[in-house]
Amino acid sequence: MRPRMADAPLLELRDVETSYGLSRVLFGVSLAIAPGEMVSLMGRNGMGKTTTVRSIMGLTPAASGSIRFAGAEISALPAYRVAKLGVGLAPEGRQAFPNLTTRENLVATASNRGDAAEPWTLERVFALFPRLAERADSMANLLSGGEQQMLAIGRALMTNPRLLILDEATEGLAPLIRDEIWRCLEKLRAAGQSILLIDKNVAAITRIADRHYFIERGRIVWSGGSRELASSPDVAHRYLGV
Amino acid sequence: MSEWRKDWRHGPWSPRIVVNAGLVTVLALVPVYAAFAGDPFAMTLFSRILIMAIAALSLNLIMGFGGMVSFGHAACLGIGGYAVGILAKEGIGSGFVQWPVAVVASAIYALVVGALCLRTRGVYFIMITLAFAQMVYYVASGLDRYGGDDGLTIYHRSQFGPFDLNNATLFYYLCFALLLASIYLVWRIVNSRFGLVIQGARSNEPRMRAVGFPTFRYRLVCFVIAGALCGLAGALLANHTNFISPAMMHWTRSGDLIVMAVLGGMHAMFGPLIGAMAFLLLEQGLSHVTDYPDLILGPLLLIVAIYVNGGIDGLLGGPRRG
Repeated sequence: MRPRMADAPLLELRDVETSYGLSRVLFGVSLAIAPGEMVSLMGRNGMGKTTTVRSIMGLTPAASGSIRFAGAEISALPAYRVAKLGVGLAPEGRQAFPNLTTRENLVATASNRGDAAEPWTLERVFALFPRLAERADSMANLLSGGEQQMLAIGRALMTNPRLLILDEATEGLAPLIRDEIWRCLEKLRAAGQSILLIDKNVAAITRIADRHYFIERGRIVWSGGSRELASSPDVAHRYLGV
Repeated sequence: MSEWRKDWRHGPWSPRIVVNAGLVTVLALVPVYAAFAGDPFAMTLFSRILIMAIAALSLNLIMGFGGMVSFGHAACLGIGGYAVGILAKEGIGSGFVQWPVAVVASAIYALVVGALCLRTRGVYFIMITLAFAQMVYYVASGLDRYGGDDGLTIYHRSQFGPFDLNNATLFYYLCFALLLASIYLVWRIVNSRFGLVIQGARSNEPRMRAVGFPTFRYRLVCFVIAGALCGLAGALLANHTNFISPAMMHWTRSGDLIVMAVLGGMHAMFGPLIGAMAFLLLEQGLSHVTDYPDLILGPLLLIVAIYVNGGIDGLLGGPRRG
Protein backbone atom coordinates (compact mmCIF):
# COMPACT_ATOMS: atom_id res chain seq x y z
CA MET A 1 0.00 0.00 0.00
CA ARG A 2 1.32 3.42 -0.95
CA PRO A 3 1.58 5.96 1.84
CA ARG A 4 -1.03 8.66 1.74
CA MET A 5 0.51 11.68 0.01
CA ALA A 6 -2.35 12.97 -2.12
CA ASP A 7 -2.38 16.57 -0.82
CA ALA A 8 0.31 19.12 -1.54
CA PRO A 9 2.76 18.71 1.34
CA LEU A 10 2.62 21.12 4.26
CA LEU A 11 6.31 20.58 4.91
CA GLU A 12 8.75 19.25 2.38
CA LEU A 13 12.47 18.67 2.84
CA ARG A 14 14.54 17.91 -0.25
CA ASP A 15 18.17 16.81 -0.07
CA VAL A 16 18.83 18.78 3.08
CA GLU A 17 22.45 18.80 4.15
CA THR A 18 23.45 20.33 7.46
CA SER A 19 26.75 20.61 9.28
CA TYR A 20 27.93 21.71 12.68
CA GLY A 21 31.07 23.56 11.70
CA LEU A 22 33.13 21.08 9.71
CA SER A 23 31.28 17.96 10.76
CA ARG A 24 28.46 17.09 8.41
CA VAL A 25 25.44 15.57 10.08
CA LEU A 26 22.72 15.45 7.43
CA PHE A 27 23.59 13.99 4.02
CA GLY A 28 20.53 14.79 1.96
CA VAL A 29 17.43 14.27 4.06
CA SER A 30 14.16 14.29 2.14
CA LEU A 31 10.77 13.94 3.76
CA ALA A 32 7.28 15.34 3.42
CA ILE A 33 4.25 15.86 5.62
CA ALA A 34 0.77 16.42 4.22
CA PRO A 35 -1.80 18.60 6.01
CA GLY A 36 -3.46 16.67 8.81
CA GLU A 37 -0.89 13.90 8.74
CA MET A 38 1.00 12.55 11.70
CA VAL A 39 4.45 11.52 10.57
CA SER A 40 7.23 10.04 12.65
CA LEU A 41 10.97 10.35 12.31
CA MET A 42 12.83 7.56 14.04
CA GLY A 43 16.42 6.54 14.39
CA ARG A 44 19.13 5.83 16.92
CA ASN A 45 20.87 8.53 18.90
CA GLY A 46 23.24 10.70 16.91
CA MET A 47 21.71 9.83 13.55
CA GLY A 48 20.41 13.34 12.85
CA LYS A 49 16.83 13.47 14.15
CA THR A 50 17.22 16.59 16.25
CA THR A 51 19.48 18.16 13.63
CA THR A 52 16.68 17.68 11.10
CA VAL A 53 14.35 19.51 13.46
CA ARG A 54 16.91 22.25 14.04
CA SER A 55 17.30 22.68 10.29
CA ILE A 56 13.54 22.97 9.81
CA MET A 57 13.35 25.56 12.59
CA GLY A 58 16.31 27.52 11.28
CA LEU A 59 18.22 27.00 14.52
CA THR A 60 20.99 25.25 12.60
CA PRO A 61 20.40 26.40 9.03
CA ALA A 62 20.74 23.84 6.26
CA ALA A 63 23.87 24.21 4.14
CA SER A 64 22.11 23.03 1.01
CA GLY A 65 18.86 21.53 -0.16
CA SER A 66 15.40 22.98 0.15
CA ILE A 67 12.90 23.19 3.00
CA ARG A 68 9.45 24.36 1.99
CA PHE A 69 6.66 25.05 4.41
CA ALA A 70 3.15 25.79 3.13
CA GLY A 71 4.65 26.56 -0.25
CA ALA A 72 7.32 28.99 0.97
CA GLU A 73 11.05 28.33 1.08
CA ILE A 74 12.11 28.59 4.73
CA SER A 75 15.62 27.13 4.78
CA ALA A 76 17.26 30.57 5.04
CA LEU A 77 14.83 32.13 7.50
CA PRO A 78 15.76 32.89 11.12
CA ALA A 79 14.04 30.78 13.76
CA TYR A 80 11.50 33.37 14.83
CA ARG A 81 10.26 33.79 11.24
CA VAL A 82 9.83 30.03 10.84
CA ALA A 83 7.89 29.93 14.09
CA LYS A 84 5.73 32.84 12.95
CA LEU A 85 4.88 30.99 9.75
CA GLY A 86 3.27 28.33 11.92
CA VAL A 87 5.80 25.72 13.00
CA GLY A 88 5.41 24.95 16.70
CA LEU A 89 8.19 23.00 18.37
CA ALA A 90 8.06 21.14 21.66
CA PRO A 91 11.82 20.71 21.91
CA GLU A 92 13.91 17.88 23.23
CA GLY A 93 14.49 18.40 26.94
CA ARG A 94 11.22 20.39 27.14
CA GLN A 95 12.93 23.70 27.90
CA ALA A 96 10.11 25.40 29.70
CA PHE A 97 11.10 28.86 30.89
CA PRO A 98 12.03 28.03 34.51
CA ASN A 99 11.60 31.56 35.80
CA LEU A 100 8.00 31.87 34.63
CA THR A 101 4.93 30.15 36.05
CA THR A 102 3.05 27.50 34.11
CA ARG A 103 0.39 30.01 33.16
CA GLU A 104 2.98 32.62 32.16
CA ASN A 105 4.84 30.06 30.06
CA LEU A 106 1.64 29.40 28.15
CA VAL A 107 0.45 32.97 27.62
CA ALA A 108 3.82 34.65 27.11
CA THR A 109 4.25 33.25 23.64
CA ALA A 110 0.63 32.64 22.65
CA SER A 111 -0.49 33.82 19.23
CA ASN A 112 -2.86 33.04 16.43
CA ARG A 113 -1.00 34.30 13.41
CA GLY A 114 -2.61 31.82 11.06
CA ASP A 115 -6.09 32.92 12.22
CA ALA A 116 -7.12 29.45 13.29
CA ALA A 117 -10.91 29.20 13.44
CA GLU A 118 -10.84 27.58 16.88
CA PRO A 119 -7.66 28.94 18.41
CA TRP A 120 -6.03 27.28 21.39
CA THR A 121 -6.75 29.06 24.64
CA LEU A 122 -5.54 28.60 28.18
CA GLU A 123 -8.83 26.82 28.93
CA ARG A 124 -8.43 24.38 26.05
CA VAL A 125 -4.85 23.56 27.00
CA PHE A 126 -5.93 23.05 30.61
CA ALA A 127 -8.75 20.82 29.39
CA LEU A 128 -6.26 18.76 27.37
CA PHE A 129 -3.79 18.59 30.28
CA PRO A 130 -5.76 18.93 33.53
CA ARG A 131 -2.54 18.54 35.52
CA LEU A 132 -1.32 21.85 34.12
CA ALA A 133 -4.42 23.60 35.47
CA GLU A 134 -3.54 22.27 38.94
CA ARG A 135 -0.03 23.66 38.62
CA ALA A 136 -0.98 26.91 36.87
CA ASP A 137 0.76 29.18 39.38
CA SER A 138 3.80 27.02 40.03
CA MET A 139 7.12 28.07 38.66
CA ALA A 140 7.90 25.84 35.70
CA ASN A 141 11.14 24.54 37.24
CA LEU A 142 9.09 23.01 40.07
CA LEU A 143 7.03 20.88 37.69
CA SER A 144 7.69 17.18 37.24
CA GLY A 145 9.24 15.98 34.01
CA GLY A 146 5.89 14.84 32.65
CA GLU A 147 4.23 18.11 33.57
CA GLN A 148 7.04 20.05 31.92
CA GLN A 149 6.55 17.98 28.79
CA MET A 150 2.85 18.76 28.83
CA LEU A 151 3.76 22.41 29.31
CA ALA A 152 6.12 22.29 26.33
CA ILE A 153 3.38 20.79 24.15
CA GLY A 154 0.81 23.24 25.51
CA ARG A 155 3.13 26.14 24.85
CA ALA A 156 3.61 25.01 21.27
CA LEU A 157 -0.14 24.58 20.83
CA MET A 158 -0.80 28.08 22.16
CA THR A 159 0.98 29.45 19.09
CA ASN A 160 -1.71 27.67 17.02
CA PRO A 161 0.86 25.98 14.80
CA ARG A 162 -0.03 24.56 11.41
CA LEU A 163 2.63 21.97 12.09
CA LEU A 164 3.49 20.69 15.55
CA ILE A 165 6.92 19.15 15.98
CA LEU A 166 7.55 16.99 19.03
CA ASP A 167 11.18 16.12 19.67
CA GLU A 168 11.45 13.14 22.05
CA ALA A 169 8.20 14.02 23.75
CA THR A 170 8.08 10.87 25.87
CA GLU A 171 11.76 10.43 26.61
CA GLY A 172 12.46 9.67 30.22
CA LEU A 173 8.84 9.74 31.33
CA ALA A 174 7.01 7.23 33.50
CA PRO A 175 4.88 4.77 31.49
CA LEU A 176 1.62 6.19 32.84
CA ILE A 177 2.56 9.74 31.89
CA ARG A 178 3.77 8.48 28.55
CA ASP A 179 0.39 6.92 27.86
CA GLU A 180 -1.27 10.17 28.79
CA ILE A 181 0.86 12.02 26.26
CA TRP A 182 0.09 9.44 23.56
CA ARG A 183 -3.62 9.83 24.26
CA CYS A 184 -3.35 13.60 23.88
CA LEU A 185 -1.48 13.24 20.62
CA GLU A 186 -4.21 10.96 19.29
CA LYS A 187 -6.77 13.59 20.22
CA LEU A 188 -4.77 16.26 18.42
CA ARG A 189 -4.44 14.10 15.35
CA ALA A 190 -8.17 13.37 15.35
CA ALA A 191 -8.72 17.14 15.43
CA GLY A 192 -6.68 17.44 12.23
CA GLN A 193 -3.42 18.76 13.67
CA SER A 194 -0.39 18.06 11.46
CA ILE A 195 2.35 16.55 13.59
CA LEU A 196 5.97 15.54 13.11
CA LEU A 197 6.90 13.14 15.86
CA ILE A 198 10.43 12.26 16.80
CA ASP A 199 10.55 9.29 19.12
CA LYS A 200 11.86 5.78 19.63
CA ASN A 201 8.72 4.16 20.93
CA VAL A 202 7.94 2.08 17.85
CA ALA A 203 4.90 0.27 19.24
CA ALA A 204 3.01 3.39 20.21
CA ILE A 205 4.08 5.30 17.13
CA THR A 206 3.05 2.54 14.75
CA ARG A 207 -0.35 2.67 16.36
CA ILE A 208 -0.97 6.42 16.22
CA ALA A 209 1.08 7.85 13.31
CA ASP A 210 0.27 7.63 9.59
CA ARG A 211 3.70 7.36 8.03
CA HIS A 212 7.23 6.83 9.21
CA TYR A 213 10.75 7.74 8.25
CA PHE A 214 13.86 6.07 9.57
CA ILE A 215 17.05 8.04 9.57
CA GLU A 216 20.55 6.61 9.76
CA ARG A 217 23.77 8.59 9.60
CA GLY A 218 22.07 11.62 8.15
CA ARG A 219 20.10 9.80 5.46
CA ILE A 220 16.52 8.60 5.23
CA VAL A 221 16.90 4.85 4.89
CA TRP A 222 13.32 3.66 5.08
CA SER A 223 9.91 5.23 4.74
CA GLY A 224 6.44 3.81 4.65
CA GLY A 225 3.01 3.59 6.22
CA SER A 226 2.08 2.06 9.55
CA ARG A 227 0.85 -1.18 7.96
CA GLU A 228 4.14 -1.71 6.14
CA LEU A 229 6.07 -0.99 9.28
CA ALA A 230 3.95 -3.38 11.30
CA SER A 231 4.46 -6.11 8.72
CA SER A 232 8.22 -5.72 8.61
CA PRO A 233 9.48 -5.88 12.18
CA ASP A 234 13.06 -6.19 10.95
CA VAL A 235 13.01 -2.51 9.94
CA ALA A 236 12.69 -1.23 13.48
CA HIS A 237 15.16 -3.86 14.60
CA ARG A 238 17.71 -2.83 12.00
CA TYR A 239 17.48 0.94 12.42
CA LEU A 240 16.65 1.26 16.09
CA GLY A 241 18.45 -1.78 17.36
CA VAL A 242 15.45 -3.06 19.32
CA MET B 1 2.43 23.06 48.62
CA SER B 2 -0.07 24.97 46.57
CA GLU B 3 -1.91 26.12 49.70
CA TRP B 4 1.29 27.40 51.20
CA ARG B 5 2.18 29.13 47.99
CA LYS B 6 -1.18 30.84 47.76
CA ASP B 7 -0.92 32.06 51.32
CA TRP B 8 2.40 33.70 50.83
CA ARG B 9 2.18 34.93 47.38
CA HIS B 10 -1.37 36.15 47.08
CA GLY B 11 -2.47 36.79 50.65
CA PRO B 12 -3.23 40.41 51.50
CA TRP B 13 -1.07 40.20 54.64
CA SER B 14 1.99 38.49 53.28
CA PRO B 15 5.16 39.78 54.95
CA ARG B 16 6.29 41.21 51.65
CA ILE B 17 3.22 43.35 51.17
CA VAL B 18 3.28 44.52 54.78
CA VAL B 19 6.96 45.47 54.59
CA ASN B 20 6.58 47.24 51.27
CA ALA B 21 3.53 49.15 52.43
CA GLY B 22 5.35 50.09 55.63
CA LEU B 23 8.31 51.26 53.61
CA VAL B 24 6.16 53.48 51.42
CA THR B 25 4.43 54.91 54.48
CA VAL B 26 7.72 55.70 56.17
CA LEU B 27 9.05 57.37 53.05
CA ALA B 28 5.87 59.41 52.73
CA LEU B 29 6.33 60.65 56.30
CA VAL B 30 10.00 61.63 56.08
CA PRO B 31 9.25 65.35 55.43
CA VAL B 32 6.91 65.36 58.42
CA TYR B 33 9.63 63.90 60.61
CA ALA B 34 12.20 66.35 59.23
CA ALA B 35 9.92 69.29 59.99
CA PHE B 36 9.15 68.20 63.56
CA ALA B 37 12.63 67.06 64.44
CA GLY B 38 14.27 70.02 62.72
CA ASP B 39 16.45 67.67 60.73
CA PRO B 40 16.83 69.01 57.18
CA PHE B 41 19.58 66.52 56.49
CA ALA B 42 17.05 63.71 56.59
CA MET B 43 15.35 65.33 53.61
CA THR B 44 18.62 65.51 51.70
CA LEU B 45 19.54 61.94 52.48
CA PHE B 46 16.15 60.49 51.69
CA SER B 47 15.75 62.50 48.48
CA ARG B 48 19.00 60.91 47.41
CA ILE B 49 17.71 57.48 48.39
CA LEU B 50 14.59 57.98 46.28
CA ILE B 51 16.60 59.12 43.27
CA MET B 52 19.12 56.29 43.49
CA ALA B 53 16.22 53.89 43.93
CA ILE B 54 14.84 55.00 40.56
CA ALA B 55 18.27 54.43 39.00
CA ALA B 56 18.63 51.01 40.65
CA LEU B 57 15.08 50.13 39.62
CA SER B 58 15.87 50.91 36.00
CA LEU B 59 19.00 48.77 36.19
CA ASN B 60 17.02 45.98 37.79
CA LEU B 61 14.58 45.96 34.88
CA ILE B 62 17.36 44.86 32.53
CA MET B 63 19.56 43.03 35.03
CA GLY B 64 17.12 41.31 37.37
CA PHE B 65 14.33 40.55 34.95
CA GLY B 66 16.16 40.64 31.63
CA GLY B 67 19.46 39.06 32.67
CA MET B 68 21.39 41.90 31.02
CA VAL B 69 24.07 42.78 33.55
CA SER B 70 25.08 46.28 32.52
CA PHE B 71 28.22 47.50 34.22
CA GLY B 72 27.81 50.93 32.68
CA HIS B 73 24.40 51.96 33.80
CA ALA B 74 25.68 55.04 35.63
CA ALA B 75 26.49 56.50 32.20
CA CYS B 76 22.76 57.05 31.73
CA LEU B 77 22.65 58.70 35.15
CA GLY B 78 25.46 61.02 34.07
CA ILE B 79 23.99 61.78 30.66
CA GLY B 80 20.68 62.73 32.30
CA GLY B 81 22.54 64.95 34.76
CA TYR B 82 24.72 66.54 32.12
CA ALA B 83 21.69 67.27 29.94
CA VAL B 84 20.26 69.33 32.79
CA GLY B 85 23.61 70.93 33.67
CA ILE B 86 24.61 71.83 30.13
CA LEU B 87 21.19 73.28 29.28
CA ALA B 88 21.22 75.28 32.54
CA LYS B 89 24.67 76.63 31.77
CA GLU B 90 23.51 77.64 28.28
CA GLY B 91 20.61 79.55 29.74
CA ILE B 92 17.80 77.08 29.12
CA GLY B 93 16.34 76.72 32.58
CA SER B 94 12.93 75.27 31.86
CA GLY B 95 12.46 71.78 33.23
CA PHE B 96 9.96 71.15 30.47
CA VAL B 97 12.93 71.24 28.10
CA GLN B 98 15.69 69.93 30.36
CA TRP B 99 14.00 66.76 31.58
CA PRO B 100 12.74 65.48 28.25
CA VAL B 101 16.19 66.15 26.80
CA ALA B 102 17.75 64.20 29.68
CA VAL B 103 15.42 61.25 29.11
CA VAL B 104 15.76 61.24 25.33
CA ALA B 105 19.56 61.65 25.42
CA SER B 106 19.90 58.68 27.78
CA ALA B 107 17.51 56.65 25.66
CA ILE B 108 19.54 57.37 22.52
CA TYR B 109 22.73 56.40 24.33
CA ALA B 110 21.09 53.17 25.47
CA LEU B 111 19.88 52.50 21.93
CA VAL B 112 23.35 52.83 20.43
CA VAL B 113 25.12 50.91 23.19
CA GLY B 114 22.39 48.28 23.38
CA ALA B 115 22.42 47.72 19.62
CA LEU B 116 26.08 46.75 19.90
CA CYS B 117 26.27 45.14 23.35
CA LEU B 118 23.19 42.96 23.04
CA ARG B 119 24.93 40.95 20.34
CA THR B 120 27.20 39.63 23.06
CA ARG B 121 26.59 37.62 26.21
CA GLY B 122 27.86 37.21 29.71
CA VAL B 123 31.24 38.66 30.53
CA TYR B 124 31.54 40.30 27.11
CA PHE B 125 28.29 42.15 27.64
CA ILE B 126 29.52 43.37 31.01
CA MET B 127 32.86 44.51 29.61
CA ILE B 128 31.41 46.33 26.60
CA THR B 129 28.80 48.21 28.64
CA LEU B 130 31.64 49.17 30.98
CA ALA B 131 33.82 50.29 28.07
CA PHE B 132 31.10 52.55 26.68
CA ALA B 133 30.44 54.06 30.08
CA GLN B 134 34.14 54.78 30.49
CA MET B 135 34.14 56.53 27.12
CA VAL B 136 31.29 58.77 28.24
CA TYR B 137 33.12 59.36 31.51
CA TYR B 138 36.24 60.59 29.72
CA VAL B 139 34.23 62.67 27.28
CA ALA B 140 32.60 64.39 30.25
CA SER B 141 36.02 64.88 31.85
CA GLY B 142 37.15 66.58 28.66
CA LEU B 143 34.26 69.03 28.47
CA ASP B 144 36.24 72.06 29.65
CA ARG B 145 33.37 74.41 29.03
CA TYR B 146 31.28 72.39 31.49
CA GLY B 147 33.87 72.05 34.19
CA GLY B 148 35.85 69.09 32.89
CA ASP B 149 37.13 66.96 35.76
CA ASP B 150 35.99 69.43 38.38
CA GLY B 151 32.34 69.35 37.44
CA LEU B 152 29.85 72.14 37.05
CA THR B 153 27.69 73.91 39.57
CA ILE B 154 24.05 74.34 38.60
CA TYR B 155 22.88 77.69 39.93
CA HIS B 156 19.19 77.26 39.26
CA ARG B 157 17.20 74.10 39.58
CA SER B 158 14.92 73.20 36.69
CA GLN B 159 12.02 75.61 36.42
CA PHE B 160 8.51 74.21 36.25
CA GLY B 161 6.30 77.31 36.13
CA PRO B 162 4.80 77.91 39.56
CA PHE B 163 6.46 74.86 41.11
CA ASP B 164 9.75 75.73 42.79
CA LEU B 165 12.07 72.76 43.09
CA ASN B 166 14.13 74.69 45.64
CA ASN B 167 11.36 73.87 48.06
CA ALA B 168 12.84 70.77 49.68
CA THR B 169 9.47 69.27 50.57
CA LEU B 170 8.09 69.75 47.08
CA PHE B 171 11.25 68.28 45.55
CA TYR B 172 11.11 65.32 47.92
CA TYR B 173 7.51 64.53 47.06
CA LEU B 174 8.25 64.93 43.37
CA CYS B 175 10.99 62.31 43.68
CA PHE B 176 8.68 60.14 45.76
CA ALA B 177 5.88 60.35 43.19
CA LEU B 178 8.28 59.63 40.33
CA LEU B 179 9.67 56.62 42.20
CA LEU B 180 6.20 55.18 42.79
CA ALA B 181 5.27 55.86 39.17
CA SER B 182 8.49 54.14 38.06
CA ILE B 183 7.82 51.10 40.22
CA TYR B 184 4.32 50.92 38.77
CA LEU B 185 5.71 51.26 35.25
CA VAL B 186 8.28 48.50 35.79
CA TRP B 187 5.64 46.30 37.41
CA ARG B 188 3.39 46.75 34.39
CA ILE B 189 6.25 46.04 31.99
CA VAL B 190 7.44 42.95 33.85
CA ASN B 191 3.96 41.44 33.98
CA SER B 192 3.04 42.30 30.42
CA ARG B 193 3.58 39.89 27.58
CA PHE B 194 6.58 41.98 26.59
CA GLY B 195 7.98 41.44 30.08
CA LEU B 196 7.34 37.71 29.98
CA VAL B 197 9.21 37.47 26.70
CA ILE B 198 12.11 39.40 28.26
CA GLN B 199 12.15 37.06 31.27
CA GLY B 200 11.82 33.98 29.11
CA ALA B 201 14.70 35.16 26.96
CA ARG B 202 16.77 35.53 30.12
CA SER B 203 16.52 31.84 30.90
CA ASN B 204 16.50 30.48 27.35
CA GLU B 205 16.94 32.86 24.47
CA PRO B 206 17.21 30.38 21.58
CA ARG B 207 13.98 28.80 22.78
CA MET B 208 12.24 32.15 22.82
CA ARG B 209 13.38 32.78 19.26
CA ALA B 210 12.16 29.36 18.23
CA VAL B 211 8.71 30.18 19.62
CA GLY B 212 8.57 33.15 17.30
CA PHE B 213 10.07 36.19 19.00
CA PRO B 214 12.93 38.30 17.63
CA THR B 215 14.50 38.51 21.08
CA PHE B 216 17.16 41.02 20.09
CA ARG B 217 14.56 43.70 19.40
CA TYR B 218 12.67 42.93 22.61
CA ARG B 219 15.82 43.13 24.69
CA LEU B 220 16.92 46.30 22.95
CA VAL B 221 13.60 48.03 23.65
CA CYS B 222 13.89 46.94 27.28
CA PHE B 223 17.44 48.28 27.42
CA VAL B 224 16.30 51.64 26.03
CA ILE B 225 13.41 51.92 28.50
CA ALA B 226 15.85 51.29 31.35
CA GLY B 227 18.26 53.88 29.95
CA ALA B 228 15.51 56.49 29.64
CA LEU B 229 14.34 55.86 33.19
CA CYS B 230 17.89 56.18 34.49
CA GLY B 231 18.22 59.43 32.53
CA LEU B 232 15.27 60.77 34.48
CA ALA B 233 17.03 59.76 37.70
CA GLY B 234 20.10 61.63 36.44
CA ALA B 235 18.05 64.79 35.88
CA LEU B 236 16.71 64.47 39.42
CA LEU B 237 20.17 63.88 40.83
CA ALA B 238 21.60 66.98 39.11
CA ASN B 239 18.78 69.03 40.60
CA HIS B 240 19.28 67.42 43.97
CA THR B 241 22.98 68.16 44.26
CA ASN B 242 22.96 71.35 42.12
CA PHE B 243 26.13 69.94 40.70
CA ILE B 244 27.29 67.60 37.99
CA SER B 245 30.67 65.99 37.51
CA PRO B 246 32.12 62.97 35.75
CA ALA B 247 32.06 61.21 39.13
CA MET B 248 28.32 60.69 38.55
CA MET B 249 29.19 58.11 35.94
CA HIS B 250 32.38 56.67 37.30
CA TRP B 251 32.41 52.90 36.99
CA THR B 252 32.24 52.54 40.75
CA ARG B 253 28.89 54.30 40.57
CA SER B 254 27.68 51.64 38.13
CA GLY B 255 28.91 49.12 40.66
CA ASP B 256 26.93 50.85 43.42
CA LEU B 257 23.77 50.48 41.36
CA ILE B 258 24.41 46.76 40.89
CA VAL B 259 25.06 46.39 44.61
CA MET B 260 21.78 48.15 45.44
CA ALA B 261 19.79 45.90 43.13
CA VAL B 262 21.47 42.71 44.37
CA LEU B 263 21.31 43.76 48.03
CA GLY B 264 17.60 44.56 47.85
CA GLY B 265 16.57 41.59 45.75
CA MET B 266 16.87 41.37 42.00
CA HIS B 267 13.60 39.71 41.16
CA ALA B 268 11.46 41.83 43.43
CA MET B 269 9.61 44.97 42.50
CA PHE B 270 10.62 46.83 45.66
CA GLY B 271 14.07 45.23 45.83
CA PRO B 272 15.98 48.17 44.30
CA LEU B 273 14.28 50.63 46.66
CA ILE B 274 15.08 48.45 49.66
CA GLY B 275 18.62 48.02 48.36
CA ALA B 276 19.19 51.72 47.70
CA MET B 277 17.87 52.56 51.15
CA ALA B 278 19.97 49.93 52.91
CA PHE B 279 23.08 50.84 50.94
CA LEU B 280 22.89 54.60 51.42
CA LEU B 281 21.79 54.42 55.06
CA LEU B 282 24.58 51.99 55.85
CA GLU B 283 27.09 54.11 54.00
CA GLN B 284 25.90 57.15 55.92
CA GLY B 285 25.72 55.41 59.28
CA LEU B 286 29.06 53.66 58.95
CA SER B 287 30.80 56.88 57.97
CA HIS B 288 30.10 58.11 61.50
CA VAL B 289 31.68 55.01 62.97
CA THR B 290 34.68 54.46 60.76
CA ASP B 291 36.67 56.11 58.03
CA TYR B 292 36.48 52.94 56.00
CA PRO B 293 32.77 52.09 55.63
CA ASP B 294 33.53 49.88 52.62
CA LEU B 295 35.46 47.58 54.95
CA ILE B 296 32.15 46.67 56.57
CA LEU B 297 29.87 47.12 53.54
CA GLY B 298 31.92 44.73 51.43
CA PRO B 299 31.77 41.69 53.71
CA LEU B 300 28.10 42.47 54.42
CA LEU B 301 27.31 42.32 50.72
CA LEU B 302 29.25 39.06 50.48
CA ILE B 303 27.14 37.57 53.24
CA VAL B 304 23.92 38.66 51.57
CA ALA B 305 25.05 37.38 48.19
CA ILE B 306 26.13 34.00 49.55
CA TYR B 307 23.58 33.24 52.23
CA VAL B 308 20.45 35.20 51.40
CA ASN B 309 19.01 34.01 48.15
CA GLY B 310 17.05 36.89 46.68
CA GLY B 311 18.59 39.76 48.64
CA ILE B 312 16.88 41.48 51.55
CA ASP B 313 13.55 40.89 49.83
CA GLY B 314 14.37 37.18 49.93
CA LEU B 315 14.26 37.30 53.74
CA LEU B 316 10.54 37.99 53.49
CA GLY B 317 10.01 34.40 52.47
CA GLY B 318 7.65 32.99 49.95
CA PRO B 319 8.55 31.70 46.55
CA ARG B 320 10.61 33.96 44.39
CA ARG B 321 10.85 34.49 40.70
CA GLY B 322 14.02 33.20 39.11
